[in-house]
Amino acid sequence: MMNITIAQYYRDIDNTRNEGITAIIDGESLVVPLDPANRHYAEIMRQVDAGELTIADAD
Amino acid sequence: MTKARDIASATTPNANAALLATFPHRNLIINGAATVNQRGNVTGATGSTYGGPDRFYTIIGNGIGTWNITQDTDVPSGQGFANSWKIACTTADASPAAADHLGLHYRMEGQNLQQLSKGTSDAKSVTLSFWVKCNKTGDFQVTFRDSDNTRHIASAVTISSTATWQYVTITFAGDTTGAFDNDNANSAIIEMFFDAGTDWTSGSVPTTWQAAITADRAAGTNLALADSTSNYINITGIQLEVGSTATPFEHRSYGDELARCQRYACKLMQFNGNKMREYDRYRTFSYVLPVEMRATPTVPSMTTSDGAACTIGNATSRGFVVNSVAPGDGYTAYVTSELVVTAEL
Repeated sequence: MMNITIAQYYRDIDNTRNEGITAIIDGESLVVPLDPANRHYAEIMRQVDAGELTIADAD
Repeated sequence: MTKARDIASATTPNANAALLATFPHRNLIINGAATVNQRGNVTGATGSTYGGPDRFYTIIGNGIGTWNITQDTDVPSGQGFANSWKIACTTADASPAAADHLGLHYRMEGQNLQQLSKGTSDAKSVTLSFWVKCNKTGDFQVTFRDSDNTRHIASAVTISSTATWQYVTITFAGDTTGAFDNDNANSAIIEMFFDAGTDWTSGSVPTTWQAAITADRAAGTNLALADSTSNYINITGIQLEVGSTATPFEHRSYGDELARCQRYACKLMQFNGNKMREYDRYRTFSYVLPVEMRATPTVPSMTTSDGAACTIGNATSRGFVVNSVAPGDGYTAYVTSELVVTAEL
């Protein structure tokens, strides 16, 4: 299981929608797309659904 | 006479193998000879990682020692290999906790396995072959897992001589239950466990297709690879092919293997010479991926040459845009990071 310590949405350059998630996963700072087929995004959402992780709103 | 007819009329296993070995693209495994290593070697791994040779997912579950994962040059002689996947123990765990597990995964997309006709009366058997070398003797379990239907079949492999390359072949019967999904998700896994706690070992080796339970997944493993810092295991020449015959390894060019690996992980060069397009302090740079990736990739965080943070925009499996905002007027910026973007299973 991935160790996800931080997850936060970021907005697109025009600030109209969430573009992706910045996260620290297994100690690595990553930019994760909102694609259910992406394994990092899938694991983030699994942990969110399990109540183990909260994705912070974009700044 | 056609090649298919030649095969049908062949009378000896050797003749069959020789003919089958002329068929290209029969190996379902990518980078089975560990020739591509885009991420580089890993030192001190304590958790599961795709680091080391591409497509090899080293399983270090629940804390079972510390490991170096490398693209090694130790290979079986006379087989045409240059590299192998190697894990070497640097911190031992001689008494694994019940949930600990150590092994290797090779994961496959369902759309690439439709030829197996799994879940139908025409289900095909597959044959796995590989070379293995270990400093210990003992058994380890090799499992063919169906992730879509939570089923598995397995065989225990015996390492009979220490520090000696050994050729292994296993034929897994076809499964008439449970089709693989025809999509880009993880449908099947070749799984090898070299050590594990009782959660994984307390069952029995599933030698026929059956519903998967955790207790069976390492039931055939007694190698205890984590019990000493002297321990290592090398594997190369992994081939999975339709049918019940193990043919000689299908050697492919580096470029061919690299392109196949890039569907799952892609190392992008440093763009020191590429100025970001700038307009009113908004700077953008486009990456067009060399092959279509399996899914929209994860991208490492990066900054520009003048220290501005970047975000990723318009990402798809074919490319993405790096955006940043200049800290003031008159700044120019370059994307200087060397990136490995990933869309692994």
